[in-house]
Amino acid sequence: MSAVSYLDLLRLTLPEIVIVLGALAALSLDLLAMRQSRLAVRWRAGAAVACISCVGAIVLLLVRPEQASLSDGMLVVTPLTQLVQAVLIVFTILTVLLSVCSTFTHHVGEYLAVILFATAAMMLLVSTQNLLMVFAALELLSLSLYILTAFNKRSRQSAEAALKYFLFGGMSAAFLLFGISLLYGFSGSINLVEIAAAIQAQPATPMLAIAMVMTVTGFGFKVAAAPFHLWAPDAYQGAPTPSAAFIASSSKVSSFFVFAVVMVTGLAAGVGSGGWHGHGAGWVPVLTMVAALSMLLGNLAALVQSSVRRLLAYSAIGHAGYMLLGILPHNAPSLRALLYYVITYALAAIGAFGVLAALEDEGVDRLEDFAGLYRRAPLLSCCMLIFLLSLAGIPPLAGFFAKFSIFSSALAVRSEDPGLLWLVVLAIAMSAVSLYYYLKVLKQIYVCEPSAEVGAIRSRGAARAAVGVIALLVVLLGCFPNLLLGWIDGAMRAMPH
Amino acid sequence: MNGFPWITLLTLVPLSGALLILLVAGKNRNAARALAAATGAAALAVTILLWHGFDAATGALQFQERYAWIPALGVDYHVAIDGLGLLALLLSAIVALMSIAASWDTREHGRLYFALVLFLEAGLFGTFTALNFIHWFFFWELSLIPAFFLIRLWGGSQRARAANQFFVYTMVGSVALLLAFLALYLATGKFDFIDLAQMARSGQLIPELARNLSWHHRTGEQTAWWLFWLAFLGFAVKIPIIPFHTWLPSTYAEAPSSTTMLLTGAMSKMGLYGLLRILLPIFPAQMQRALTLLLWLAVASVVLSALAAWAQTDMKRMFAYSSINHLGYCVLGIFAAARWTGGSLATEKAAALDGVYLQIFNHAVMAAAIFWFVALLEKRSGGLRGLNDFGGLRKIAPVFCGLMGIAVFSALGLPGLNGFPGEFLIFKGAFPLATWAAVLSGIGLLVTAIFLLQLLERVFFGPVNERWRTMPDLSLGERLAVFPAIALMLVLGFYPQIIVGTVNSTVVQLVTQLKPLPPGF
Amino acid sequence: MLAWTIYISFLGALVLVLIPKANAGAARVVALLTAIAGFAIAVAGACRYTPGALITVVRVAWIPSLGIEYHLAADGISLTLLLLTGVVAIAGVLFSWNVERRSAEFFELYLVLIGAVYGVFLSFDLFLLFVFYELAIIPKYFLIAIWGSTRREYAAMKLALYSFAGSAMVLIGVIAAFVEAGGRTMNLVELARYPFPAHFQMWAFPLVFVGFAILAGLWPFHTWAPTGHVAAPTAASMLLAGVVMKLGAYGCLRVAMMLFPRGLDPWGLHVLGFGSWRDLFAVLALTGIVYGASVALVQRDFKFVIGYSSVSHMGFVLLGLMTLSQIGVSGAVLQMFSHGVIAGLLFAVAGRMVYDRTHTRDLRELGPMRLAKVIPFAAVTFVIAAMASVGLPGFSGFVAEFEILVGAWRAFPTLAILAGVGILIGIAFAWRAMDKVFFGDAPVAAARLDCPRISLAERLGAAILIGATLAVGVYPRLLLDLIIPALNSPLFDGLRKGAWR
Repeated sequence: MSAVSYLDLLRLTLPEIVIVLGALAALSLDLLAMRQSRLAVRWRAGAAVACISCVGAIVLLLVRPEQASLSDGMLVVTPLTQLVQAVLIVFTILTVLLSVCSTFTHHVGEYLAVILFATAAMMLLVSTQNLLMVFAALELLSLSLYILTAFNKRSRQSAEAALKYFLFGGMSAAFLLFGISLLYGFSGSINLVEIAAAIQAQPATPMLAIAMVMTVTGFGFKVAAAPFHLWAPDAYQGAPTPSAAFIASSSKVSSFFVFAVVMVTGLAAGVGSGGWHGHGAGWVPVLTMVAALSMLLGNLAALVQSSVRRLLAYSAIGHAGYMLLGILPHNAPSLRALLYYVITYALAAIGAFGVLAALEDEGVDRLEDFAGLYRRAPLLSCCMLIFLLSLAGIPPLAGFFAKFSIFSSALAVRSEDPGLLWLVVLAIAMSAVSLYYYLKVLKQIYVCEPSAEVGAIRSRGAARAAVGVIALLVVLLGCFPNLLLGWIDGAMRAMPH
Repeated sequence: MNGFPWITLLTLVPLSGALLILLVAGKNRNAARALAAATGAAALAVTILLWHGFDAATGALQFQERYAWIPALGVDYHVAIDGLGLLALLLSAIVALMSIAASWDTREHGRLYFALVLFLEAGLFGTFTALNFIHWFFFWELSLIPAFFLIRLWGGSQRARAANQFFVYTMVGSVALLLAFLALYLATGKFDFIDLAQMARSGQLIPELARNLSWHHRTGEQTAWWLFWLAFLGFAVKIPIIPFHTWLPSTYAEAPSSTTMLLTGAMSKMGLYGLLRILLPIFPAQMQRALTLLLWLAVASVVLSALAAWAQTDMKRMFAYSSINHLGYCVLGIFAAARWTGGSLATEKAAALDGVYLQIFNHAVMAAAIFWFVALLEKRSGGLRGLNDFGGLRKIAPVFCGLMGIAVFSALGLPGLNGFPGEFLIFKGAFPLATWAAVLSGIGLLVTAIFLLQLLERVFFGPVNERWRTMPDLSLGERLAVFPAIALMLVLGFYPQIIVGTVNSTVVQLVTQLKPLPPGF
Repeated sequence: MLAWTIYISFLGALVLVLIPKANAGAARVVALLTAIAGFAIAVAGACRYTPGALITVVRVAWIPSLGIEYHLAADGISLTLLLLTGVVAIAGVLFSWNVERRSAEFFELYLVLIGAVYGVFLSFDLFLLFVFYELAIIPKYFLIAIWGSTRREYAAMKLALYSFAGSAMVLIGVIAAFVEAGGRTMNLVELARYPFPAHFQMWAFPLVFVGFAILAGLWPFHTWAPTGHVAAPTAASMLLAGVVMKLGAYGCLRVAMMLFPRGLDPWGLHVLGFGSWRDLFAVLALTGIVYGASVALVQRDFKFVIGYSSVSHMGFVLLGLMTLSQIGVSGAVLQMFSHGVIAGLLFAVAGRMVYDRTHTRDLRELGPMRLAKVIPFAAVTFVIAAMASVGLPGFSGFVAEFEILVGAWRAFPTLAILAGVGILIGIAFAWRAMDKVFFGDAPVAAARLDCPRISLAERLGAAILIGATLAVGVYPRLLLDLIIPALNSPLFDGLRKGAWR
């Protein structure tokens, strides 16, 4: 292990430190000073502290581009990781805004602190190439998310969802750990780069295959890909809305990013082939199956849902399938497409949950509850329209270009892997299917008339503002994809590999 | 060549009149009928101007206008008139004006009615002047559709069936025409009647058909044969020639009488015009080949229709069949003149054709007048028009009977009235050319005389039918309105040279063009 | 300047969002002004146009890393279709003058749809074309689902899914072409010049063609069309049948045939009597012609008659495209314009003039109402529309169908004859509909139907459409002078190299 310069470490992890400090500050403020105040005031104060720390962290990230690798790959800071971290923090800010003035808990400070801890965990997760660090950060993230899911102590659904999440998560963590151990055993290192070299040098053995399958399983659970998705519908439905939004957005971004890094950087040599003929052994065929299963199961199951949250959960599974398409070609354009897709997906998802959060006081969850929403909450309905259509992939919204770039990067790999064509065809077909259930929701909102008794909906100001901003972002990115794409491009080009 | 566009102007007059009526007249029936009458008069005036400027010494086409219209398809806007065309224009204008006058007092005939009549007139003008199939066909259809609606909306009790029958028959004929000319276009690339006739004369048509249109290995001659019959069908339905006439009696009977005037006076002439302008110049060899059959059809048209008319008791039906009979003479004359004689008998041919042209004009005036009188009678009798419903009208309404009598005698072919010269010339020409046909057709003359005299006897003479004791005679307005038609009948009866002089050079040219048939047809 | 057709439409929609919801009158006026402005710009563009040229309107880099540009350009074919959109848009607004419920939203969606359609016709970047093409789907859905009539939610969903499925097929083809050409450009001009391998074109062409042709109503993927047209409110059916179906046909020509012309070449072997995709699609088009006409003949619902007649007429367009001759393809483009206007007129009569007053579309119920006497203007308009629809000379349909038939005769004589039969059936169903709806006979003592007179807006709308079809019918060179030079331009070089005549 190379010598660690603590000053360097401090400098490089300053954003994370700021976030943790923010968490602690919010916690202390709430515990010490505000126990007697009204819930709304406590929320606003805590959110203000949290947001300030997040903004500070973003400033630090953007102002000081770094390129460094410390401690055997434990901390790798590149412009790309800084970009992803900045995005994650943005999502955190949005989640915090969505949670302001919620009524599902009194433990305001704790809630905000856990969110920020989770953020710090994600930031560490994306800026490492060391498997042990990956595992540690992943565990920190998962634990935070379990707690966030269970936060509504008054709801049985919340507890049940958290329990399921915890059990599945624990099991998948075990799988992941087992896979990591096997990889260590195979290659003698826990650094992804060295593992890659080792795999390249030695012939593939069954141990490597098992290791790869285990790793895929572990990560597959995290990104809610079928058949590891069973926790997702319950979690999305039972968790308090801001938590669900957080799970659906930030954790997806970070999980996919680290999944891609591990697969592509670490296991690149063990790819195999996903084509019809020439099925080589490797993780690509496995991942292909997982992707196909996710797309099919996610979209088909979403067709019959009557709860909008479960619908969003299953659609998330479907989208996970599309995003896996970005890992399969394992080259730079596909990674760029993946990153773009997951960020825009996360935006739309957090927006959709944001609308749900804004309407939470009305208890809106079933499809019928949305009837005639256009009249009761016109701006929120418009935002929901934007988010759902972006998820469906309708131009000129962000989701369309995301799908386009992922599909074209998958099709571009014709020489090495001609078989991805069928997966793209399946993806496009499932996209068409998905339009049906998104339109179902929109139909309820815009076409159906409300039952006579209900009046206008009052929604929380902060949530509304956040949703509005997200909607604008989605439209903006849809019309000018280059804004984000150029940023990602720049970051990737500045990297050594 | 493209001088002042008189013909286009002529066609535009009734079109603009119709549009004006639709847009401006509102619910005001007086405005509508006044506009209609003004338009009709204007159209007649322009036609007379054309007559005035027409050079009767040459048989060539005059007032030609030719503009490129759809170069991609080889379609030009090509209009011109010769003697035949001018004649047809004159009679159209006259009959249309008569029809408008006949509708003057009919309250149900509002502005839509007059507009449709004017559209029909525009269609007639267009058909009689167009020389390129595309816009000829447009105007052909343009006359069909207003006629359909005139029957359908204002006709008698069986009008739906009659109108549908009319529509279907005429449409079948139109489709046949369209197919024939489509095929000709695909073979030769031309739509222009003059060009096609030129090709037929120089013997190029058959080889072109053979080259470009070999349908299941048919030869050029066989294809031309089929096309001839297709085109013939289109015209035969229009005139009509037996056995394609079955639509006519009910249509003429159910249509409002002023529409029947147009139908019999002008629209039937479209068929004859087509035979002369289109069928004969383009398919002379085929016509010669089919001549015996055609002459039989002509004879049938003359004789059988006369017999059928004799059997009728409804006056409108009777005169409907009588129309077929009268036009049958024209058909006879045309087919007789189509016979290939190798250059001899040219005078006879000219005579026959002169007679045909005369008969075309005279029948138009006469038939229109007769149906007008029937309409007047119907109005007074509250809708009755049976042969046996009346009696001794001569004592009740002498002026009416006198004027109608003139028209009926003209139909009979009494010398001195305009029905005579045409029929006379036709027989004079047809006798040497197709003797047996002419002889058999004489039966038609005889039968016509019988039933018309019977009509006179039962309606005008005989014991007075008390029911009509108080029937009013013709009012002054009506007398003045009918007077020009009667005058025409008398004038043309005594001095047919007015017409013959105009058309003779055209006839002579047509006969000359018929002379050289391609060898080995 | 032509790009302003798109921008003005979207701006109009934006203005409508800001108008207070209760003010229906202002909404209509804004919509009408926007539609007129769009049409005026299109006309100005057409007047200034030099035939055969490709005028680039806007060209800026959009997503440089993928070579995607925001590239708007127009040639003669685009201009023809722009003019069509303008005319139908104005007429549609006029015929929607009576929409009272949520009228501002109605016109917002309407204008967004118009803007997207203008966008498709002006796009010369394949990605941009696809963007506008997909953009059109959502307004259609809502227009039918909210303001439609019979089974509107089902029809709207069916239409949206069919359209999306079609565009999904197109997307595969588009991405494949993009990747195959090196992933550097989406410019239609350059892609047209790129020599795609023959075997690639052989599968890309039918995929993209069918994808677009679904929206054009190719048999047997046409089933969304009658249902959708019947359920849609009048202006939406006018737009759907009049313009949106032409999007599909335009895509077939501009994308499938221009980029993958070798896909039309003979396969070298015969499967079930077909020797190439061209044969197959020609037969399918013909089936559409005859099937559409025959089914229209036996319909009891007035709007279904017209819906199926649309399928029949679009069959002519597709048949014309498959003739691969200048006369046939130019006839197809002309038929796109002609049918667009005529379908608009037919739906206006059936929907706005008749259904809104009588609340029934059943032919047997309409007969006794003696509509010819009650609303004579509607009867006259329908007669004119029927004459135009069957292809009477003097109206635009004649020249178009004639050109297609001539082209078809040279390429597939049997099909041309069968298409002629289709026209005859067309005459039959048009006449039947006219007879049953307007000229039914009722006992004289029956009470006259009491319904409002035909309003000025309806008369204006009808006049505009009739004028358009007459103008092109009497002087087809108005449009043929735009279309034929466009077909002879270098864009279609690949297409002209094969079996072109």
